Amino acid sequence: MLRAGVEQAVRVNDFAIKLANVNGTGSASANGLLMQAIFRMGIPVSGKNLFPSNIQGLPTWYEIRVSKDGYTARALDYDLMVAMNAQTYERDIREVRPGGYVLYDSTWPLDPRLHRQDVTFLGVPLAEMCNAHFRESRERILMKNIAYAGALIAVLEVDMDVVEQLLDEKFAKKKALRESNHKALRLGFDYARKHFDPLPFRLEKMDANSGKILIDGNTATALGCLYAGATVAAWYPITPSTSVMDAFTDLCRKYRKDPETGAMNCCIIQAEDELAAIGMVIGAAWNGARAFTSTSGPGISLMNELLGLAYYAEIPAVVMDIQRVGPSTGMPTRTQQGDLLECAYASHGDTKHICLYPANPSECFEFAVKSFDLAERFQTPVFLLSDLDIGMNDWVVPRLKWDDSYRPDRGRVLDAAQLERIQKFFRYWPEDENFVAARTLPGVSSKGAYFTRGSGHSRTGAYTEMPEEYQEVVDRLLRKHQAAAKWVPEPVIERRTGAQFGVVTLGGCDAAVREALDVLDSRGIPADFMRIRAFPFPESVEEFLNDHEFNFIVEQNRDAQMKSLLLLETGVAKDKLRSICVYGGFPLSAKRVTDRIASQLGELTERAVHR
Amino acid sequence: MPSIAKPTAIHPSLHRNELGLTIRDYEGSMSTLCAGCGHDSITAAIIRACWEISLAPHMLAKMSGIGCSSKTPTYFVSGAHGFNSAHGRMAAIATGASAANRELTYIGVSGDGDSLSIGLGHLCHAIRRNLKMLYIIENNGVYGLTKGQFSASADVGSKSKKGEPNRMAPIDPVALALSLGATFVARSFSGDKDQLVPILKAALSHRGFALVDVISPCVTFNDHAGSTKSYLYTRNNMLKATETDFVPPASEILATIGRNGAVSVTMHDGSVVRFKGVPPDYDPTDRKKVLDYLSEHHGKGEVVTGLLYIDESVPDMHELNNTPAQALTKIPFEKLCPGSAALDTLQEEFR
Ligand SMILES: Cc1ncc(C[n+]2csc(CCOP(=O)(O)OP(=O)(O)O)c2C)c(N)n1
Ligand code: SF4
Ligand SMILES: [Mg+2]
Repeated sequence: MLRAGVEQAVRVNDFAIKLANVNGTGSASANGLLMQAIFRMGIPVSGKNLFPSNIQGLPTWYEIRVSKDGYTARALDYDLMVAMNAQTYERDIREVRPGGYVLYDSTWPLDPRLHRQDVTFLGVPLAEMCNAHFRESRERILMKNIAYAGALIAVLEVDMDVVEQLLDEKFAKKKALRESNHKALRLGFDYARKHFDPLPFRLEKMDANSGKILIDGNTATALGCLYAGATVAAWYPITPSTSVMDAFTDLCRKYRKDPETGAMNCCIIQAEDELAAIGMVIGAAWNGARAFTSTSGPGISLMNELLGLAYYAEIPAVVMDIQRVGPSTGMPTRTQQGDLLECAYASHGDTKHICLYPANPSECFEFAVKSFDLAERFQTPVFLLSDLDIGMNDWVVPRLKWDDSYRPDRGRVLDAAQLERIQKFFRYWPEDENFVAARTLPGVSSKGAYFTRGSGHSRTGAYTEMPEEYQEVVDRLLRKHQAAAKWVPEPVIERRTGAQFGVVTLGGCDAAVREALDVLDSRGIPADFMRIRAFPFPESVEEFLNDHEFNFIVEQNRDAQMKSLLLLETGVAKDKLRSICVYGGFPLSAKRVTDRIASQLGELTERAVHR
Repeated sequence: MPSIAKPTAIHPSLHRNELGLTIRDYEGSMSTLCAGCGHDSITAAIIRACWEISLAPHMLAKMSGIGCSSKTPTYFVSGAHGFNSAHGRMAAIATGASAANRELTYIGVSGDGDSLSIGLGHLCHAIRRNLKMLYIIENNGVYGLTKGQFSASADVGSKSKKGEPNRMAPIDPVALALSLGATFVARSFSGDKDQLVPILKAALSHRGFALVDVISPCVTFNDHAGSTKSYLYTRNNMLKATETDFVPPASEILATIGRNGAVSVTMHDGSVVRFKGVPPDYDPTDRKKVLDYLSEHHGKGEVVTGLLYIDESVPDMHELNNTPAQALTKIPFEKLCPGSAALDTLQEEFR
């Protein structure tokens, strides 16, 4: 087909497409195939799966953004909509940007009311072609997806060799399926080549992905647990955390089967509920195992009582909280950062917990390992707060690295010989420079025996109801928590010359906020950037906030939870912090951030003028 | 629960077990329960059972929830680690503890409130997993520690201290456990040490989950006329279905079987439980017969006691999970972490 004569400037490796499907029809594999092919073409790409809490029949979307400049946040301007769900045609077609394209199944005519003058419609008779070429109804439905992928390969200029290679790998052992996929792909491809002019945006091979991998955060988290040497895992299924344990189970099958005995060097328990899951983690860690659970907000709510027990009795526990939209059941398949306060202060009474906030799968891996070290060093629960966007979407990240000299930080644990050398063992005294006292493990020596209790205890571990004895212990716990600020990951800070204010964020907002700051900079509004990576806050967090006249705190919850935490836990003045909260449940996009910052800045200058 | 240290003088005539320890070595700190509380008698039976089987104190883990009953692990084997956890959660915590270190012996002490209301789910699932532990319910029909509310084990018509009758059907832990496929189910009475000690010893040798429901009168809130968990009622209505002898693996197994020639069961560790005084048609390995027997006598208002059901053929949680023979905590890190080369290879798949 002819490319000559196209006058519009062609955008290379810089566009976004959205695929609207019905869930349960097998579109995920077609969409994943496209994303993976673009990744293999060496082009920066991100894919966001916006799926419903349902097994079959509801709308589901997949967004692919290609950005030669490496911007991976969700885009809101769609150059091409693949409209495969008649239920949502109206809304989907509305979302295409002026000058954009809609690819749809033209087996059935499109309702004329859906037409837009400023959008080009690309009709492909997908159902008709698939019905003609495939016999079984299930296959016809599945292959429709592969056929539209074929059409997209043609119009976007995805490298067909790469796609064929991917199919070879995927269906190495399923020859018949390989054949069907190939056939469907060609149906769509040939049709598009024959009927459509080139689009004003397309792909071209780059070399941005060497040394990179495509991985979801939950797999990376599970890998971290494997590498940290976790042996006991207890969980109760809940979206979006389930794939952490699925991945851990798969990894254990692969790497934890003892070559000599055939035994599994791990124990993964599907608990009866989250109360049990955290109880099992605490029991295992009390006995000296590295143990963890993975869950989401509702699970954390249930775990609250025992988290307080672990905090007060000083037992390590690692909790992977893959956040979703609350309150209550909320929107289980939508993303949010809604558990920040719940985790920081989980349980009744005075409690504070170490929380880590990874921004992407690489940090999920790194921080998962760190969670165990911190939990054992500080003998306390540690939360890793990932979210659905990080956990369940595939991200392009640098290859994970492992340092073979790593050894677990087991914290202060007295062995038999050390116990032999001391006069008498007391559980909560003496403390070290981090305000941590040594613990002992069951099964080692009667000299180290003590009675673990969640009831009032003195520094010797004895039961108490005396104010001074009680306070002595809980005051030390507070100092211990504060000491952890020196051990947790420092914030990521990036300064720009001429910056007049700070923009602070955490976790999965990272990519959108960075992009927003580039956009603002290009408009002559430079700002400094800080991404908080842990609670308790390292000193540098407060310094950054105080360094700026004011700071925007960008987060994904309604109540400005990170801002609240900063106000509660640092000395920063309230009027220095302004909120930008985006919490509808879809991953953050830069546009939301720039718009909100710009409008708040506008209000600020207006107010200054009127003063 | 302030615990008071006991004088440590040892009576020279005290016997020593295989480890050279006297029974005093299995004691804990002084009980602070009400004088006459049934729970204290159970503590004494636990102490004796542990001493008699020569359990190394540091190899015992004492687990409990919250309640008067759950306080008692402080009162036995002070040389063992104990974990007085949260109300109803002991079974879950014991499950994790066992997962990490299967080499320890686990004794869980719970109450009827702890096990049959707030912790009922965990109890059921520990039974399903056949978690290897001795799980004792110190059953007094009330919430002792919160001052006398009815528990879920209170019988219909049983009266509270204030005279109000309970109208809701009880949860019978023995019937419940049997229906869930429990592999060791016993009931006893805190006032009958002769019966209880051998049951505890057998339970400690059991392959999986051993549930021992012990009627344990609460003298303060539930020991009056009209209560079906009082000393008087239990003594008058107790029916010993079985009496057991426990023969540890090392001892020579005597050829003579119980007086009535009933049943003898070989435990997983080679020890033998012999049933004496068993009614002729009672077979503690036949679940259906046991259930029939229990319901027949329950109808007559009798409290059937003894080691009621046993099955040594069912794998425990570790066997089901194919975990190593030694504690997971003993597996060296080098074996757990696949290392950088493996990570590189694995990442070839992430493309
Ligand atoms: C979550 C929670 N709810 C309520 C309580 C209060 N509480 C303490 S002990 C107890 C009942 C104990 O009854 P039981 O287990 O039968 O033990 P007993 O004192 O009778 O031996 C209750 C309700 C608690 N500690 N924790
Ligand atoms: S209140 Fe009842 S159960 Fe509690 S210690 Fe007193 S007698 Fe025992
Ligand atoms: Mg009770």
